[in-house]
Amino acid sequence: MELLVSAAIGILTASGLYLILRPTTFSVVLGLTLLSYAVNALIFFGGRLGAFAPPLILPGTSGHADPLPQALVLTAIVIGFGMTAYLVALALKAKGESGSDHVDAGEE
Amino acid sequence: MSHLPILPVLIPLLTAGLLLVMHGMGTTSKRAVSSASVVSLVVISILLLSEASEGLIQAYRLGNWPAPFGIVLVVDRLAALMVILTAILAAVVLLSALSGTDTQGRHFHVFFQLQIAGLNGAFLTGDLFNLFVFFEILLLASYALLVHGGGLPRTRAGLAYVVVNLAGSALFLIALGLTYGTLGTLNMADLALVLPRIASDDQAFVRTTLALLNAVFVLKAALLPLGFWLPHVYTAATLPVAVLFVIMTKVGIYALLRVSTIGFVMAPFTADLLHPWLAWLAIGTIALGSLGALAATRLSIVVANIVMISSGTLLFGIAAGSITAHAALLYYLVNTTVVAAGLFLLTDLVSRHRGEVADVFAKGPRLTAILTTGGAYLILALAASGAPPSSGFLAKIMVMQSLQNTNTAIGAWAALLLSGFVVALVLARAASMFLWEPGRADKYPSHPGQVGQMPSNTRNSEIALLGMIACTLVITLGAAPISAYTRATAEQIAMPASYVESVLGDASAIKRERRL
Repeated sequence: MELLVSAAIGILTASGLYLILRPTTFSVVLGLTLLSYAVNALIFFGGRLGAFAPPLILPGTSGHADPLPQALVLTAIVIGFGMTAYLVALALKAKGESGSDHVDAGEE
Repeated sequence: MSHLPILPVLIPLLTAGLLLVMHGMGTTSKRAVSSASVVSLVVISILLLSEASEGLIQAYRLGNWPAPFGIVLVVDRLAALMVILTAILAAVVLLSALSGTDTQGRHFHVFFQLQIAGLNGAFLTGDLFNLFVFFEILLLASYALLVHGGGLPRTRAGLAYVVVNLAGSALFLIALGLTYGTLGTLNMADLALVLPRIASDDQAFVRTTLALLNAVFVLKAALLPLGFWLPHVYTAATLPVAVLFVIMTKVGIYALLRVSTIGFVMAPFTADLLHPWLAWLAIGTIALGSLGALAATRLSIVVANIVMISSGTLLFGIAAGSITAHAALLYYLVNTTVVAAGLFLLTDLVSRHRGEVADVFAKGPRLTAILTTGGAYLILALAASGAPPSSGFLAKIMVMQSLQNTNTAIGAWAALLLSGFVVALVLARAASMFLWEPGRADKYPSHPGQVGQMPSNTRNSEIALLGMIACTLVITLGAAPISAYTRATAEQIAMPASYVESVLGDASAIKRERRL
């Protein structure tokens, strides 16, 4: 399980990095989205993998699931989402002003 | 518990919300609200500074949740110094923006207040995750401020800036996830406690994690391998915005300083994490900034490169890591922030006077107010290049003295002296172009200052510039009390144990579940 999860995070990161290095803003946006998926998964799994850890403190339970990574990942998702939305808006503005999606478009 | 420490974050945040609600109302009322917020911030930061200068470290626990589980803000001498620097800069930026820049786009004041909230939060927080959150607040505001005024060059610079910083944020989150996964805490004081107890098997992993964290701060401070975004972004921004951006690179330096003094020194296996390569990065950054200044075709590019050179200089202080080096670093930081802000304001004035030619090094209409503009230019240029009798000279001497006994002293001295020489050369060349080589008057028929969207009223900017020059005089004449304060700050951050104690209280009382 650990191997599968870490391989998934690794592949997401690698694909994200590849797309960020492309010269069109559309692929860069996609790349950053993939990267933020990888990052969110990484934070979330920082609380350790486990199928049967009780989420609430109830009488007679022990070895609880760590609540902090869950809180952190929620914050990270919200911030990542907002930033991506802004980036998309900015990319559209750039495309509207320069007429092309290419990073060097309109450069004299 | 005094509620003073939360106010520098809360006031601008609430003001931003209020300004958003006031969207339909007139410019005058929005300006009044924004100004009231900045004035109250200046007052509060003075109060915080006077409290911090008694040497006590104040920890403010939100909702009274005990650290390390709750959110905690910490006011020590270092945080108070950074907060007051931000407040002074904010006042200057607002003053110069009120001359009309704020109406060139929508919601200037909202983003301006949000950026101040983010800056103050980043300086005050005692927790790495909240540092991330406040970084994002200030970045999001800066993304919007950067494209304020519109135009393709700004959009393009904004796009590159946003992408670089989103990648940086991803790196920050990776570092935070790994730190939490291995150490089980993100509270900086708690980190200092946990680090020495790491099993030897995990030490290499923890070192890697913390190195990743430093890479993020290096990106924010625009240091060599990750600093290429800076000149591009700073020159594209509207000039009052560029003045505010001057403090953003200092956030990276602050975070490096904070994390290296509180966290790393507590455990032997992380104590040397920064030292072997930081000084070389500093030399490289200064070299790059100097070359950039030499190659610049506009005054604003020169100033952006001066910001980069100062980032490199500040890095020497962190690399050396001694108390004297930190004290010198902080004095230099105050000085360089004020001087760079002043130079950006001056660039603004120059480009308004010269109309279409703006601040490009080309023949254009001669500057009219030679005595005042030229005088301001002379004072700031002396301070930027570190020539006596300016405040820059004192700051540079302190930095050089503090590096005397380090391994890289020769390289550092050469870099500092040569970069000062290059800055003096470039600024002198620019001055001769602006002041003594007027183009033919009939070639520039338009009234200077009336061209395009440039607001013509320069009085506010002149007052702001005068304020910055007064600040450099205060830094020069008040060198003794200021350097005494930075010295005390350096001594305070050299004793992380007292920081840990005031944040966590009795650390042995914290109950933890053992992590697998």
